[in-house]
Amino acid sequence: MIRDITLGQYYQTDSVIHKLDPRVKLVATICFIISLFVVKSWVGYVAAAVFLAFMIRLSNVPFKYMVKGMRAIVFILLLTVVFNLFLTPGEPLVSVWKLTITREGLQLAVMMAVRLSFLIVGSSVMTLTTTPNSLTDGMEKLMKPLGLFKVPVHEVAMMMSIALRFIPILLEETDKIMKAQIARGADFESGNLIKKAKAMVPLLVPLFISAFRRANDLAMAMEARCYRGGENRTKMKPLKYAGRDRVAYGVLLAYFALCIVIRIYL
Amino acid sequence: MSIILDHVNYIYGADTALSVHALQDVNLVIPDGQFIGLIGHTGSGKSTLVQHLNGLIKPTSGNIYFNGEDIHASDYDKKKLRSKVGLVFQYPEHQLFEIDVFSDVCFGPKNLGLSKQETELRAYAALKQVGLEDEYFYQSPFDLSGGQKRRVAIAGVLAMKPDVLVLDEPTAGLDPKGRDEILDQIVKLKEETGITVILVSHSMEDVAKYVERILVMNQGSVLYDDVPKEVFKHYKQLEEVGLAAPQVTYIMQALRESGMPVGVDATTIEEAKREILKAVGRK
Amino acid sequence: MGIIKTEKLVFEYIRRDEEGNVEGITRAVDEVDLDVQQGDFVAILGHNGSGKSTLAKHINAILYPTEGTVWVDGMDTQDEKELWNIRQEAGMVFQNPDNQIIGQVVEEDVGFGPENMGVPTEEIWERVEESLKAVGMYKYRKFSPNKLSGGQKQRVSIAGVIAMHPKCIILDEPTAMLDPNGRKEVVRAVRALNDVEGITVLLITHYMEEIIHADKVFVMDQGRIAMQGTPREIFSQVERLKELRLDVPQVTLLAHELKKSGLELPDGILTVQELTQALSGKYSK
Repeated sequence: MIRDITLGQYYQTDSVIHKLDPRVKLVATICFIISLFVVKSWVGYVAAAVFLAFMIRLSNVPFKYMVKGMRAIVFILLLTVVFNLFLTPGEPLVSVWKLTITREGLQLAVMMAVRLSFLIVGSSVMTLTTTPNSLTDGMEKLMKPLGLFKVPVHEVAMMMSIALRFIPILLEETDKIMKAQIARGADFESGNLIKKAKAMVPLLVPLFISAFRRANDLAMAMEARCYRGGENRTKMKPLKYAGRDRVAYGVLLAYFALCIVIRIYL
Repeated sequence: MSIILDHVNYIYGADTALSVHALQDVNLVIPDGQFIGLIGHTGSGKSTLVQHLNGLIKPTSGNIYFNGEDIHASDYDKKKLRSKVGLVFQYPEHQLFEIDVFSDVCFGPKNLGLSKQETELRAYAALKQVGLEDEYFYQSPFDLSGGQKRRVAIAGVLAMKPDVLVLDEPTAGLDPKGRDEILDQIVKLKEETGITVILVSHSMEDVAKYVERILVMNQGSVLYDDVPKEVFKHYKQLEEVGLAAPQVTYIMQALRESGMPVGVDATTIEEAKREILKAVGRK
Repeated sequence: MGIIKTEKLVFEYIRRDEEGNVEGITRAVDEVDLDVQQGDFVAILGHNGSGKSTLAKHINAILYPTEGTVWVDGMDTQDEKELWNIRQEAGMVFQNPDNQIIGQVVEEDVGFGPENMGVPTEEIWERVEESLKAVGMYKYRKFSPNKLSGGQKQRVSIAGVIAMHPKCIILDEPTAMLDPNGRKEVVRAVRALNDVEGITVLLITHYMEEIIHADKVFVMDQGRIAMQGTPREIFSQVERLKELRLDVPQVTLLAHELKKSGLELPDGILTVQELTQALSGKYSK
């Protein structure tokens, strides 16, 4: 059930993209998303498509696997298309009953669909090729300057990686408590919404208690191992830029420049 | 009145590359009123097996009959089955959720759709059966000691008045005192009500002391199914599958090897003592 | 003075009801004097609620004494300046294997302590390697902790502590949630640490068979030290142990029962071999 969501889960394989520094991938993803809003012409979208296709090819992640993860978003995609299609004022093309499709609406709908799907595929290239751990590391390092404005960058990163560690444990625990309550005659499936919500109490209360107990234990264990926040901390796996990361930044810069050129001249 | 498992197989994640054959062709008859010990190391399939007994897991192939009826037949009442085959999970205190002990124990009978009066009578009786004093009934279950919490959780299952009580490692994590209290309560319950008890355990010593029949699981199959004395004769094979006989068995073996004329099938301290005293000529 | 020393250690906490009113004061640790020498293997026994875990948490400066003093390697645990030195020198392993592993990969978890201490990267790798080897978990270094058994997870936790190069290691019921095989694995790893690396070990447990090899045993009851001595001295007092509701290994119990029936046997038999020897010659062939 909960485990079926594969959207952007790390895909283990060997590729240039996998080996890149997580910071490069983070920056590239942000740049790519911005570029989708920079370009406004079809030429621009072709450029973005080529760039994206190139990255997917390099990542060695099967395209089929990537698309499978997109299924969850199809609904949102369709909704956006429908809204844009029917609600944009302009020159009417087809008119059925009270609904009118305009030329502008059609253009906008297609553009939004392209943007959204590129955006999703683009960011999933990052999550598919980067372990959650190195992603957190990358974020921490990238956002370090925010520390000057008293943003608790290290703490946020630490919280994220602890959450990632405990999600599978808590999922397993949910399963176990659910079974234990079913064995006591609990019914999580039938009844209306209110009844179903009420039926969740015997599941949620033990789950929360367990989560708090774990949090308490973990905090103690971390303190016992000399954890005292991010100051003076060294890294076992420090992030260091390699040659390929510089090349990647170069490629990214070229792509972004191209997008701006397209925006101005085409 | 019995549970029958007929060629039961269970495969985890059957359609994936990581499929695990958790149960392999298990055939068992569990007649009424037996006290059974179920033993196996972690991952031997014993937890999977007990979840089959009350229909929480459906076998990949094979059938399970409770009192002659197929429990996975489409018109079979699973809820009723779950009240008849009570399953106490490992660390059962982790499922407590109500504001006080008494309401928590009422949860099971209430789910069976019983009247308020019947529910409360049963909850009261169940709490008495596990030996919890009245003064704790209206306390929060979270304020009790580990051993007490566990007894409340067991009462929560007993209140459904099961014919078969399955306990998955009921003493895990308890100290010797808590362990003895729980086991003694179970034995007393067994004697008073004649209920069938299946005790899943790691401890050969506990099992040897209480049960009349031992099932040893290994890699999803039943390796031995016999009275304790017979099972512990295979102590060398038990070691090969990551288990061990009670220490007494080893003592008797060692004494025999050193030349002392003792019988080697003693499984409890009492029996061992008798054997040794006999051998040294003091009755 | 030994590596760990407590003097008249008292710990009290205030019990409150739901509204936060004081219900009473509980004395969890009551005037405990402890002196552990460098390199010793010391076991603390006691049933749940006897105060043994509370005592352990004082040594790592997680709890502070209400009265009395605790010294770790000569440092008073109430001295805030020394806090991090104390936590580095007295490493601690807890009961629940899941709730003390922070890393998502075994090696990263073992590196967590040294990272916190500011150890240079290269040295962290060296420490991680040697620690994982010391507990026999090196080949699992790239595994996710979720894929390990309970005993393996506890060994990872122990490695995580050793990587901080502590002088002593306190294990607070590390085997309570494990199956018999997991328990054996962990106890073997702990003994090796003591024998090979010479790390002082303070093992808190309620399993008697784990303490047979200890140099010294303390038995706690109601916050006090009820018994102390070598394992043999402790196990020779079977009746007293039963009073304290503790277990005795079956072989010791059997020897005790035989003795009660009039057989002449030495006190405190701990192993099957000892019993066989003691009984040889007592029967006619």
